[in-house]
Amino acid sequence: MTLLSRKKGEHGLKLSTSDILEIVRDIGKVIEDNKQYLTELDAAIGDADHGINMARGFRAVSQKLEGMRSEDIGEILKAVGMTLVSNVGGASGPLYGTAFIRAASAVQGKSSAGLDDFVSMLDAAIEGIKSRGKAELEDKTMLDALIPAVAALREAEAEGMSLVAAFARAKEAANTGMLHTKDIVARKGRASYLGERSFGHQDPGATSSYLMLASIHESLQELRR
Amino acid sequence: MVGLVIVSHSPKIAEGIRDLALQMTPAGIPLALVGGLSTGELGTNPEQVLEAINQVYSDDGVLILFDLGSAFMSAETAVEFLPEDKQERIYISGAALVEGAITAAVEISLGKPLEEINQSLESLNVGKIG
Ligand SMILES: Nc1ncnc2c1ncn2[C@@H]1O[C@H](COP(=O)(O)OP(=O)(O)OP(=O)(O)O)[C@@H](O)[C@H]1O
Ligand SMILES: [Mg+2]
Repeated sequence: MTLLSRKKGEHGLKLSTSDILEIVRDIGKVIEDNKQYLTELDAAIGDADHGINMARGFRAVSQKLEGMRSEDIGEILKAVGMTLVSNVGGASGPLYGTAFIRAASAVQGKSSAGLDDFVSMLDAAIEGIKSRGKAELEDKTMLDALIPAVAALREAEAEGMSLVAAFARAKEAANTGMLHTKDIVARKGRASYLGERSFGHQDPGATSSYLMLASIHESLQELRR
Repeated sequence: MVGLVIVSHSPKIAEGIRDLALQMTPAGIPLALVGGLSTGELGTNPEQVLEAINQVYSDDGVLILFDLGSAFMSAETAVEFLPEDKQERIYISGAALVEGAITAAVEISLGKPLEEINQSLESLNVGKIG
């Protein structure tokens, strides 16, 4: 693992394409480790397949990225998105797939990415999820973890924080948003068929979104060492 | 003739609908089924919808009917992967799947244009889109 501009110090920290590949691979491991957990959450208010879907998708992503050489972060993220779209097999496929594809266009042609790029990528990702699923905040979906996380990331950027510190904030915000899904009733997705009975249960998609952001934070800490 | 694509999480639902529709249109119509994942599990994915669209596509256009949840998102995603001129000739209808499929099949077999068929399906709209 090499950091492109380690010398520039914390604030100018920029990730290379190989760092990005590493981050995506790490997400795949975290998803695999939590396959059972995500599926159990989905069993309570859905169709008991979220972990299975996500693990299937990210296994395909790992294969796709194996030996991939690219100097374009956009190209890498697009490959991730396309692979998720074709392999996940549930709502999270088109949703996360579209998220990665939109994030890719935000950094198309770039060979390194800093905090400002992450803000743009995640903004684009959220817009993609919204336009694909027509959901909003408080509908008890992945957006309830992602929207507060990106708000926190943008705030951290404005305060001049480092990439790692900013992601620590984003992870915290995602965690709070994820836990908040217990206190609301589902208005989108399978869980919406349960209506009031979805209350008290944590949304599986919000949980996988939190896990991805937590994984990125973890990878960034590793990269900094 | 307009092509019809049925997208369901379950192969049994998709096949059942085909059987029902064929009773009404013995001469057949351009029909493609997406029922479940290629792994045999329940679910939908855009890649399979894209293949189905291409199987029945002609300049007369394609109508897509779906069951629920990700089926709509998969259909929309698939359409976005097509070239723009083709995209314009593809409608995704929010009609109730069984009733919509029978209505669409009959109207397709009568040679009606895509816009007109889509219009007839409006009365069967169950608000799955949006
Ligand atoms: N319209 C939507 N907008 C945003 N997120 C959504 C939407 N629908 C579902 N989700 C998210 O997807 C998660 C479920 O993903 P999963 O992979 O289990 O798909 P699924 O619901 O089983 O799909 P299907 O519609 O095929 O049954 C939910 O927990 C929720 O966070
Ligand atoms: Mg599910």
